[in-house]
Amino acid sequence: MNIGIAGSLESNDALVTVKAADTTKIEIHSIVDVFYHDQIEKVVKDVLSKKKNDKIHVIIEDKGALDYTIKARLLTALARMEANNA
Amino acid sequence: MLRSLLFVPGNNPAMIQNADVFGSDAVIFDLEDSVHVAEKDNARNLISEYLETYPVLPDVVIIRINSLDTPFWEADLDAVVSKSVDWIMLPKAGVEEIKKLTLKLESIEKIKQIEKTIKIMPIIELASSLVDLENIAKQERVKGVLFGAEDYRADMGIKRSDTGVELLYPRSRIAVVAKASMIEAIDTPFVDVMNDTALISDCHNASALGMTGKAAIHPRQVMTINDSFSPPKDQIEWASKVMKAKRQADEKNLGVFSLDGKMIDKPIIARAESILKIAKEYGIGGEADD
Amino acid sequence: MTNSLGRNVPEGKKPFVSSTDYKSHKRQQIGLKTQAEKPVFYESLETAFVDLSLHSGMTFSFHHHLRSGDKVLNQIAKLIEYSDLKNISLAPSSIFPQYDLSELIRSGRINNIYTSYLNGPVADAIQDGHLKGELIMQTHGGRARAIESGELAIDVAFLACPTVDLNGNGSGAIGKSACGTLGYAVSDLMYAKKVVLITDNIVDKLEKYQFDHRFVDMVVKVDSIGDPKGIVSGTTRITRDPIGLKIAHDTALMLEALGEIKPGMSIQTGAGGTSLAVADAIDKLMVKHQIKGSFASGGTTGFHVNMLKQGLFSKLYDVQCFDLEAADSYRVNAFHKGISASEYANPHDPKAIVNKLDIVILGATEIDLKFNVNVTTDSFGKIIGGSGGHADTANGARITIITAQLMRARIPIVKEKVHTVTTPGSDVDILVTERGIAVNPLRKDIITKLEAAKFKFVTIQSLLEIAEKICGKPKELPEGKRQIGVVEYRDGTVIDSLYGSR
Repeated sequence: MNIGIAGSLESNDALVTVKAADTTKIEIHSIVDVFYHDQIEKVVKDVLSKKKNDKIHVIIEDKGALDYTIKARLLTALARMEANNA
Repeated sequence: MLRSLLFVPGNNPAMIQNADVFGSDAVIFDLEDSVHVAEKDNARNLISEYLETYPVLPDVVIIRINSLDTPFWEADLDAVVSKSVDWIMLPKAGVEEIKKLTLKLESIEKIKQIEKTIKIMPIIELASSLVDLENIAKQERVKGVLFGAEDYRADMGIKRSDTGVELLYPRSRIAVVAKASMIEAIDTPFVDVMNDTALISDCHNASALGMTGKAAIHPRQVMTINDSFSPPKDQIEWASKVMKAKRQADEKNLGVFSLDGKMIDKPIIARAESILKIAKEYGIGGEADD
Repeated sequence: MTNSLGRNVPEGKKPFVSSTDYKSHKRQQIGLKTQAEKPVFYESLETAFVDLSLHSGMTFSFHHHLRSGDKVLNQIAKLIEYSDLKNISLAPSSIFPQYDLSELIRSGRINNIYTSYLNGPVADAIQDGHLKGELIMQTHGGRARAIESGELAIDVAFLACPTVDLNGNGSGAIGKSACGTLGYAVSDLMYAKKVVLITDNIVDKLEKYQFDHRFVDMVVKVDSIGDPKGIVSGTTRITRDPIGLKIAHDTALMLEALGEIKPGMSIQTGAGGTSLAVADAIDKLMVKHQIKGSFASGGTTGFHVNMLKQGLFSKLYDVQCFDLEAADSYRVNAFHKGISASEYANPHDPKAIVNKLDIVILGATEIDLKFNVNVTTDSFGKIIGGSGGHADTANGARITIITAQLMRARIPIVKEKVHTVTTPGSDVDILVTERGIAVNPLRKDIITKLEAAKFKFVTIQSLLEIAEKICGKPKELPEGKRQIGVVEYRDGTVIDSLYGSR
């Protein structure tokens, strides 16, 4: 399966799902969206560009996670997707 | 010197990002028992990102990795070791394991250009480790040991007692060997987190034998542990008085002198000095005013 | 128009001046009515409703002592619809989520709402813009003041009353729906044009009662006024959240450093888990130093009752029983005194308990660099509560302490500006968070004492900085467009406006 999931829906955490896709698509559902949407998006974009990944669908379900958590969950999800492919 | 070492589960963001507020001398981020085998990767990334980017970190950072007989320990180290890490805590440790860990740490320090030497805190939780303690304590990076009573009891096939009598020997041995090797002797965590009275007596049992600090498994234990492993106020006052009297004696070139009718000799001065040194380190007083 | 805090005030309303301005105004009281005849007893609410000859445009009031178990307001709401009444003003002391008045609000039957605390579907309907008139959020003391002065004129007070005797005297202490004191309803009882007691328990004669029959016009017997499970929560417990416990511990240590743990001390804490943890930490210090205080006040729980029993305080002044132990203690213990909202917090009541308080411990959903506190809306601007006694106690007590977690799920509690001002910063002295304690620069006396005691504290600015360093700087919330109501300070001036979500 071309999919990777990491994290949780606990408070201060985020559940991140990544799927292989034709282009980059970032979907953010956050309880603090009105305050931090752009900042969450930037974290995701930074990780993807560092990984040179532009064919991926990222879904973030955020329960008020800080940047380090979102980044860590995304990295884990990507690694898990890779492991699933291997 | 570490009085309190607070365990924090390695895959719990809510707890990780508040780990620094409870006043423990060190925080142990755990990758072992509190992290499910399927979530080790998640926890490694979480702690590594936290250490790299969080603006306020605990004064002393300890990582408990998985033991060397698991497939996880190398990946643990590759992911989390950074300049922010002060100690690696090693479960089920013997001399061989410590040597292996040392080699791995040396290599990571080189690759990641970490200038400091990361210390190792083995967990003494097997009868065999207790027997071999002198050798363990002699290892270069070992600057402290943690006593793990739960696994020690399991290994010995003995039960927990209310009095803690079964811990008398291991605690005594660890305290003495640690003292002789000039390393820290950290006591086992107390598991009944809501029982403050029992925690206080457990702390006193350990400190009376010479253990120098204690691990905490709940933030509410931290203050009690700090208090229990700090020199008491009257001791600090006494030590200050001794040192003041010594200075006065020195000025008069007196070799021996007395304080409150008691002779003050070398061992007493040494004890006073060590109490004041510890008090100063913990920021709870120090030299009396002259 | 803006007030002295720079907040919008609708035209025609009195803007907030300062938290001491009320002292230069005289107390106003409308005449007490004297009820010559005995109250009339009814077996049905419908019949009573007809005999009251109600009409559109009237103001009805209620109290909230039955909390989320209350069934009276919903029954009256049905009758408003059944009797085809329109443009009614509703003045319940609080509005909880079990009330569904959305349809009556949408259809223009209920057009104005006066209350001290509001959340749930009613709050949502108002913020969605359905209330034709306005929402006026008062403080507990401000409500008593508004009623006795005639500013809030009540046509009929529908007062749930757990037990009524044959003379028409009423008590909350006994009966199947017993809830303890009925303090918030006393102003309604004394000053409403008509008073209807609604009960599910009638006895021959009450020896002790809080509602005097001389003010009562009607007594209506119904099957049930409330669900006991919702009236009193089981047992209120001290929080087990480590951050809450740390904040509580640090608060107690700070009070010790200030020399406030001393004989004769008086204190009010809330009934929430963290507030109880603070009370517990203070309790331990009082025992350690063998201190006996004078009184504890406010909403009361079993925890407060234990402090009274232990002799840590000589009296409890109770406006609201939160659990069964508190209700029981109110019934049997002479030192557990029920007080009215006016005796508790009316700015013009010379006996007001809040003015005798040494210390009050309060919460906040937001606090800003000027120490203004919001407990009315959350960080998203949604109405989730209201002052209750917050602004009253903060103003009355000698030292006002806010305890709050600095960040919750990424949202910093310290803001440059709060979304809504409930309590002005001039009445707030100290903020205790898990990442430091900040003192209002206006309180030089407290700063001097803490410095002398070598007790660590920081500036509120530095707490904002650390929170934003950790969370990132939150984007500004878009300005609310439509004003839907106002927040009144205890003197009735407008301290802030409330906005709709669309």
